[in-house]
Amino acid sequence: MFKSVTKWLLPLALVMVAVLTLTGCSSAATTVTNSTTTSSLSGSFKVIGSNTITPLSSLWAEDFMNANPQVSIAVSGPGSGVGIADLIDGTTDICQASRAITSAEITQANAKGVHPYEIQVATDALSVVVNPANLVNSLTFAQLSAIYTNQITNWKEVGGNDAPIVVFSRDNNSGTFTYFLETVVQMAGMTTANKTLQYGGKVLMLPSTEEGISQVGSNPNAIFYSGLGYLNNTVKALGIKKTASDTAVKPSVETALNNTYPISRPLFFYTNGAPTGVIKAFIDYCLSTAGQQTVLTAGFVPLAKK
Amino acid sequence: MTQTTNPSSPTAAEVPSRGLKRRLRLGERVIEGWIFLAGLLAIVVLLGIIFILLKEGLPVFANTNPWDFLFGTHWYPNADPSVFGIAPFLVSTLMITLISTIIAVPVGVACAAYLSEVAPPKVAETVKPIIEILAGIPSVMMGFIGLALLSPFVQSLFHLNTGLCGLTAAIMLSLMSLPIIVSVSEDALHAVPREFKEASYALGATKWETIWHVCIPAALSGIAAAIMLGVGRAIGETMTVLMVAGNALAVPASPVDPMTTMTAAIANSIGNAVRGGVQYQAIFAIGLILFILTLGVNIIAERVLERQKRKFSR
Repeated sequence: MFKSVTKWLLPLALVMVAVLTLTGCSSAATTVTNSTTTSSLSGSFKVIGSNTITPLSSLWAEDFMNANPQVSIAVSGPGSGVGIADLIDGTTDICQASRAITSAEITQANAKGVHPYEIQVATDALSVVVNPANLVNSLTFAQLSAIYTNQITNWKEVGGNDAPIVVFSRDNNSGTFTYFLETVVQMAGMTTANKTLQYGGKVLMLPSTEEGISQVGSNPNAIFYSGLGYLNNTVKALGIKKTASDTAVKPSVETALNNTYPISRPLFFYTNGAPTGVIKAFIDYCLSTAGQQTVLTAGFVPLAKK
Repeated sequence: MTQTTNPSSPTAAEVPSRGLKRRLRLGERVIEGWIFLAGLLAIVVLLGIIFILLKEGLPVFANTNPWDFLFGTHWYPNADPSVFGIAPFLVSTLMITLISTIIAVPVGVACAAYLSEVAPPKVAETVKPIIEILAGIPSVMMGFIGLALLSPFVQSLFHLNTGLCGLTAAIMLSLMSLPIIVSVSEDALHAVPREFKEASYALGATKWETIWHVCIPAALSGIAAAIMLGVGRAIGETMTVLMVAGNALAVPASPVDPMTTMTAAIANSIGNAVRGGVQYQAIFAIGLILFILTLGVNIIAERVLERQKRKFSR
């Protein structure tokens, strides 16, 4: 009898000690946070979508969480299409998108009781990049379209070396993929517009922007497109001409702000209905002067001051 | 205490033993039931997967007829109207799997023969676990290795425009299926009875002749199982091919073209497919065809094994 009691006593004591320390710890923890909290905001939410915007929204999220320790934000960038699909399926709170939502997607969303609410948070100069060793410095929309539909396959056809063009694109999860397809490949809004054009079969579809930049950095014949925020000194951004008679404009914050760069595009946040509570506070922060300063830090173009 | 109960020990021993038996029988029944449920669960899960693949995948054929779906050469899910032809993915999957098998099988079986028949026991004991550790490397790491080391090498070796191509993926996949092939074939070779080898040596056969004419034929069923497992790994692998195969949408004409396998196509498109949409159904249909393909491989392998066994039993 006595033995059996001692057998139980030790685990019991251990459990009690554990419970006591746990409760002790948690009460200590709450007092600590209570004393340091300066903001009453709390909660957690997700930002899912564009791979292009991810570096920017990560910075916003970090700054916002530093200012509001009880808020936790999870940012991930599998692609704008993924973000919009998640918004429609109700699995994300904010969808970040580098293209506008389509009418087909709005119909799908409404059918599921979701009402996408659009907020422009920044602007991007969509850059076309090649290896720094490439002789070509500028391309027209028509040339880019021909390259991305595999009609032009050699750099000498656009004024470069006699070398094959290795064409890289993002995969179709990407908002940049769709934006580039519509604006540049299909030349939407131009006299030469052709909605039936699609990316050629020899275009390599990459799962992330980083991989495209590193491929262009190591391959002298490669071409790729990416958000302005991803440019670095291993790649060269091309000047872009809408038509052959225009002057080539290089992507930069200035050329995007004064509307001379032909492929600058809005970057959006989408929520289900107008944002409220902590999500509204976060988006207000993104749109504030401090938030728009972060846009510059991340290499994107801030919204024009109203 | 023990001394006072000693005289009645036979009865005292019987009672607990009967109780013990009853408890054991109960325990046995619980465990039996548990195992039965576990077995049932596997079947339920399998049937569930087949059901979901059929339910989500088949409706796409109302949109695209099966012939166009299987042999169509264009995949434009975002075009209006969407076009779903999976011939590029089908050809890529078959090409990459075939090449990786052609590379992995001779190397794997030779390695297994070396470990089982030639290597000193100490070497075999150290090398085999090391090869098995290779199987534990996450596929995303293999993708990184392929991206950083193998693709530039393949590019310069064959003077290609880009090293991201089917061959690079096939080489990485062969490395990934190698541990399975080596490990399972080695076990099969190890299980060949000593008498077979002794009889062969007694007839004056050399080590090479013994391995080639006696050990490998005797272990063929096991080796076939090993190859089947390797092929299964290669067909189903996603992350590595997604990273290094280049993901071009054209039907590949040669192994050094960039290509998209069926698994990579699923991974590439599942993210932006809204549940229940046409693209979602098309992706499930790819999954269904992938499933039929692996089922086919398993059935063929099963037949080969069966024939092999009959040959030996004669």
